[in-house]
Amino acid sequence: MIKLRVNGKSVAVAAEPDTPLLWAIREHLKLTGTKYGCGAGHCGACVVHVDGRAVKSCQLSLSRAAGSDVTTIEGLSPDASHPLQKAWIAEQVPQCGYCQSGQIMKAVELLEKNPHPSRDQIVRHMDSVICRCGTYTRIVSAIQRAAGEV
Amino acid sequence: MGNIKLDTAQISRRHFLGGAAGLTFVISIGPKGTWLVADAAAKAPEYAIGAWVRITPDNQLTIITPAAEMGQGSMTGVPIALAEELDADWSTVTLEMAPADPATFGYNRRGGKVMRITGSRAIRSYFEQMRLAGAQVRKVLLQAAAEEWGVDASTLVTEPNTVVDRLNKRKLSYGEIASFATVPAAMPTVSTDELKKVSEFRLIGNPVPRADIPAKVDGSAKFSIDVQLPGMVYASTVHAPVQLAEPESWNDSEVRRIPGVIDVVRLDKGVAIVADTFEHVLAARRVLAVDWKKGAPAEGYDSEKALEQDYMAMAMDRQSPRRSVAETGDVTNAFASAVKVYKADFRSDYCYHAQMEPLNAVARFNAAGDKVEIWEGTQSPGGSRAAIADALEFEFEQVIHHQMYMGGAFGRRSITDYTIETALIARATKRPVKMIWTREEDLAFAMFRPQNLQCLEAALDDDGKIAGWRHCVIGDGDRLITSGINIEDYYTIPNRLIEQLGASHGIRLKHWRAVAHPFNIFAIESLVDEIAADQGLDPLEFRRKRLAMTPKAEAVFDAVEKLSNWHTPRPDGRALGLSVTERSGSLGAGVVEISLDRERGRIRVHKVWAAIDGGIIVQPDMARANVESGIVYGLSSVLKERATIKNGAVVQSNFHDYQVLKMSEAPEEIHVEFLDRETSPTGLGEIGNPFIGAAVANAFHALTGKRLYHMPFTPERVRAALQT
Repeated sequence: MIKLRVNGKSVAVAAEPDTPLLWAIREHLKLTGTKYGCGAGHCGACVVHVDGRAVKSCQLSLSRAAGSDVTTIEGLSPDASHPLQKAWIAEQVPQCGYCQSGQIMKAVELLEKNPHPSRDQIVRHMDSVICRCGTYTRIVSAIQRAAGEV
Repeated sequence: MGNIKLDTAQISRRHFLGGAAGLTFVISIGPKGTWLVADAAAKAPEYAIGAWVRITPDNQLTIITPAAEMGQGSMTGVPIALAEELDADWSTVTLEMAPADPATFGYNRRGGKVMRITGSRAIRSYFEQMRLAGAQVRKVLLQAAAEEWGVDASTLVTEPNTVVDRLNKRKLSYGEIASFATVPAAMPTVSTDELKKVSEFRLIGNPVPRADIPAKVDGSAKFSIDVQLPGMVYASTVHAPVQLAEPESWNDSEVRRIPGVIDVVRLDKGVAIVADTFEHVLAARRVLAVDWKKGAPAEGYDSEKALEQDYMAMAMDRQSPRRSVAETGDVTNAFASAVKVYKADFRSDYCYHAQMEPLNAVARFNAAGDKVEIWEGTQSPGGSRAAIADALEFEFEQVIHHQMYMGGAFGRRSITDYTIETALIARATKRPVKMIWTREEDLAFAMFRPQNLQCLEAALDDDGKIAGWRHCVIGDGDRLITSGINIEDYYTIPNRLIEQLGASHGIRLKHWRAVAHPFNIFAIESLVDEIAADQGLDPLEFRRKRLAMTPKAEAVFDAVEKLSNWHTPRPDGRALGLSVTERSGSLGAGVVEISLDRERGRIRVHKVWAAIDGGIIVQPDMARANVESGIVYGLSSVLKERATIKNGAVVQSNFHDYQVLKMSEAPEEIHVEFLDRETSPTGLGEIGNPFIGAAVANAFHALTGKRLYHMPFTPERVRAALQT
């Protein structure tokens, strides 16, 4: 059993230590908002926060996440009221939606560190999360809309 | 805002009607086609029945949405047409996903009914049918209110969810009417003449937020990969490196010793590992070693050799069997009497759909093994359900189908081979199974957009007009390489010969967003630009003076000229390129603004302008999002995407070597304008994609004087072009 905190709750996962955090979150804890896209750290669909940092959860083993504080999209706000979630709706960002949990979690990290990023700073920060539907221009608009509110 | 219930696919009539007070309008498929009838009338055995609309006394509406949702917004856009004619208050509408029942919920296609959402078909195929259904329901409500008040129905009007008697200053909400009215035994008929005029639309043309978006910002949207069932186990299939080779044998006992492994299942074209957790499946995948049978058609195939050498040899060989795609006028004479002939060859590489959700499905059999429940995301619910039934030797009804959101589709998901695998694994294992292809598997066993060579020739007559046109496309995939090759929707060159030369490589191929349009339009519009430049004319002026354009084409070129400020000079180091395209009944023209890092060979597209005639635009923002998406998806394949095959095996394995466009490579600005039209809606899901190749190549020429002839425009190819 490996213990950690997920979305503010203590949990224990019965899985081998080298299990990627992604699969522990999705299939052991049934928090399926975090997505599997590549399993190799290339796409960012699996981004969650580990102790406040945006991390590709397919690249972090459960043992290394032990004892840490993990936030997934489900724990970002109780009612989708986070300024970035509201901005995502206002800009009608998602299309297929599959990458968007990773996009939002990555964007949260940016605005927490830098409340008023420039366009270049947004693009540099977000560049590791792929959106195959090509919602990039709307993601930039949504982050700019939420800037200063996080 | 409309609510959405996705996970309620099994709306049998009983469930839908189930004890609910109010009015339910069911659909009948009879000799007169699809028609709404009263529930009682629909009980006649010759009618297939299902429900479209329910109105309850609390003034809430439920509308069934038949359109698979892959991000294009159609699950919202299609029922808006019904809600419009019903005069529904959209804030009271709940959407329910239709079951996989094309006989009831399909649109008319080639004499049958299908629910397949491919070819940008959702809105344009369902539009009239949904409007007529909505208008019928509205008529019933008007009649019921008229009888209640003792007035003539013609004196009444509707406002959203309300029947209004203006003379006597009274109103009844649809919910109030539903509390006393019954659906008449004979539903009123409605003709298209009775539908609203464009000026009367309340919902169409005005922004309605997409119903699926709230669930896509908080992680609650359910894709098939998210399904959880009691007792569910996990599986993943391993396919041969050489596509479509069959398994001979494998290290079965070694694999079964991996902790958690439950089963190893032989499939026709693969071996599936089943385990208690997905991490155990992955561990077993690393151990599994399969001997594959020899003799798969792809064995030994080298895609680069085929593209660089074999296709050209085929094109040069006059004995090669050609298929005529289109022929008009006297092409031989046009070339014989030409003042000047232009020739150019173009190439495009294999492209992979790369939908973000690796293909997967969930299957569960009942204890008796004579029914299977399926959870999947498919573009073709009816087709998939039938194919699964076929593979299991079941009847259609033995497959219970749950349609889920799709994490991207782009044409890949109208064949659900992955779901058939899942069903077979679940049957063999006798457990509910979630089967996931790893990304590596998804790419190795991909169905590609075919690579191809295009040989084009144009003949100029003594007026300097293009009088003759020859275009031959060479490659595998039959129709997968010919869509978009016919120019008649925008240019009326009098003498044309368009041909195809087929190859066969044993590689899985599939419709890829806009099919063959992206590479065919690349070739066509690149050559037009080349001739314009040689003739010393501005590309737009050349088209206007030397090509007979259709009125639609003239209009979109005029619009994009203004939208992009075509004639305004750009800063140093920037240049514009232009292209036209048709797709799915729509016509568009686009302009891109690029810069170039000459040392690194990197093209950067900064801005894109697109002017599109798509008929009535049901939802402008959703339509714009579709075009933006098409542009980025198209640009990705134009600049980066490239799959190659060596010895029959796909070389690339994940997003590090099959790269797709990132945010830093996407345009900073995309401007989309829809021409104001009152014609029926046409497809918009793919119109943004095909013009990008030629527009970028033509901008590259404007900037450097050099031409690009091979997509994608990789740094190596760009640097090579600069040195010519």
